[in-house]
Amino acid sequence: MSVNMRFGPYGGRYVPETVIGALDELTEAYERYKDDPDFLSELGVLLSHYVGRPTPLYRARRLEQAWGIDKGLWFKREDLCHTGAHKINNALGQVLLARRMGKQRIIAETGAGQHGVATATASALVGLGCRVYMGRTDMQRQRLNVIRMRMLGAEVFPVDSGSGTLKDATSEAIRDWVTNVDTTHYIIGSAVGPAPYPEIVAEFQSIIGIESRAQMLEETGALPGTVVACVGGGSNAIGIFRGFLDDPEVALVGVEAGGEGPAGRHGASLAQGRPGVLHGSYSYLLQDPDGQVAEAHSVSAGLDYPGVGPEHSHLRDIGRVRYVNATDDAALSAFLECSRMEGLIPALETSHALAHVRDAAAELRGAGPVLVCLSGRGDKDVDQAGAALGIDASA
Amino acid sequence: MPESGAERLERTFRDAGRPLFVPYVMGGYPDIDASRRHAQLLAPHADIIELGIPFSDPLADGPTIQAAGQAALDGGTRPMDVLDIAGDLRDGPPVVVMTYFNTVIAQGADEFLGTAAEKGVAGVIVPDLPVDEADDVRRAAREAGVALIALAAPTTDDDRMAAIGEQAEGFVYLVAVTGVTGGEMTMDDRLRALVARARRHIPVPLVVGFGVRTPDQASQIGEVADGVVIASEIIRRIGDAPDPGAADAAVGEFGAGIAEALRP
Repeated sequence: MSVNMRFGPYGGRYVPETVIGALDELTEAYERYKDDPDFLSELGVLLSHYVGRPTPLYRARRLEQAWGIDKGLWFKREDLCHTGAHKINNALGQVLLARRMGKQRIIAETGAGQHGVATATASALVGLGCRVYMGRTDMQRQRLNVIRMRMLGAEVFPVDSGSGTLKDATSEAIRDWVTNVDTTHYIIGSAVGPAPYPEIVAEFQSIIGIESRAQMLEETGALPGTVVACVGGGSNAIGIFRGFLDDPEVALVGVEAGGEGPAGRHGASLAQGRPGVLHGSYSYLLQDPDGQVAEAHSVSAGLDYPGVGPEHSHLRDIGRVRYVNATDDAALSAFLECSRMEGLIPALETSHALAHVRDAAAELRGAGPVLVCLSGRGDKDVDQAGAALGIDASA
Repeated sequence: MPESGAERLERTFRDAGRPLFVPYVMGGYPDIDASRRHAQLLAPHADIIELGIPFSDPLADGPTIQAAGQAALDGGTRPMDVLDIAGDLRDGPPVVVMTYFNTVIAQGADEFLGTAAEKGVAGVIVPDLPVDEADDVRRAAREAGVALIALAAPTTDDDRMAAIGEQAEGFVYLVAVTGVTGGEMTMDDRLRALVARARRHIPVPLVVGFGVRTPDQASQIGEVADGVVIASEIIRRIGDAPDPGAADAAVGEFGAGIAEALRP
């Protein structure tokens, strides 16, 4: 097969036998359509006229001054995508594949709700039924996205097992798929899961990196010194990194959820996990000595995941990408600074990438311009961030 | 050379001359002692005992087994506790251990299977390790003399059935329904055709499970397959019992009923 099934030792298809046939079918469909002119043209038209691509490259001059990034701080504005985050790039691509495979029903998992909203949107667009699995904890902290999904006609299915977050929603979505695999396509939202999902998601998201590389060259005449992106499962990060993997002079930095800090709970799988299998792929994983998967923690529902995409595990091991982390508190303060100095309310996930840029400015500035994947906007986070920051709507 | 797990399992099928009853016990549910007792109470009626190691994220399991596994983990059950239970059962029918792959990875395949062999375990079932990902574990299992029991499903095509058949030892676990554990199977032409198709490709005995609840269903499966696994229904009866004594009685009674249904 010409689709990547492994990244170094990571990846694979560690799933019940029942869905192997569907993974083969998806692999074949992806191979058949990824270079198919009709498919690419349909997706291309949607990306430009419906999503709003190419998204702009924006220079954040006030933050760059405040943080001392003297060679320039650039944002790739995925927050301007329709539905408010990069997730729509993948959801549209997969929904078009699902339709070509003759599937009648779409399912998805969601953490922060951005992938759920994107999938509900794409399903509405092509007229397919959609069910989104979401942990009950996440339904509370991302209430606005729950309402959006329901308005878009999707069924939001609460998941109570485990900690009621993204891991548990993903497990439940996979169980649905095992049961309804003949009629249903499962749209995984991050670059995780059994092969071929990590490759498919990365390819649909690689448009972020392809566009921003060309835009940096056009705007600055040079490549960035460093590219920074937040990493939960890692789809926006792999999307932007893929534009620069073959440019060894460009440093790539992935920022995981540092949660409560070194002594507390966190979501830093690459920093503190060890390889194992969760949700069908072999990758770094937060787990106890017996292999029981640990509960992650992050202020941002989208980074609250104990696993990570297998390509990130490989890029970590070969040293091509450096993975660091930012705490809840650091992310919240960066969230506020970006809102007040740039007039851009970033998603809490994205705020982790911003926090790292601020806190590591001294080391980043020497390497040249810094490019951040501004993966999503923070409208969905106003309740939660407002509560944490003491900002409310009282008269 | 001592008899391998695969040989012991295959001999069990040959000697019985009737379809086998394979009850499932979740190690550590509702607690370690009770699960050992339940396995011992099932032993006189069972031909093979399937012993589950609880896992935090059991993708192939429906709500009943998920909840039992979570209860076992909440009670502090560890993989070694379950292998110890297997050791206590070594004088009874052969034990196969059901474990998710990450439990094996965490300990290392060689060590996990070596320990399982020491405890007298005849086979292991790893539901998230499909045949084409299983080379390393299969090698470790063969070295340890433990059978790696493969699964086949209604969605498994002929080529994969053949690949499973080529590697199969002990028996193959044929999943009756497209779905997770704990649903409801029906004995129909589709299932008969599935068993017949699996037989064409798989030379070892076929045990059918997923969604089997009643003696009637067990005996219908017995007409076409070599054995039947019952899992969620046993856990449900334990959970519904008002006290441990009633749970013990329910387990024994249920086991006797299924064994009776499978007698010629």
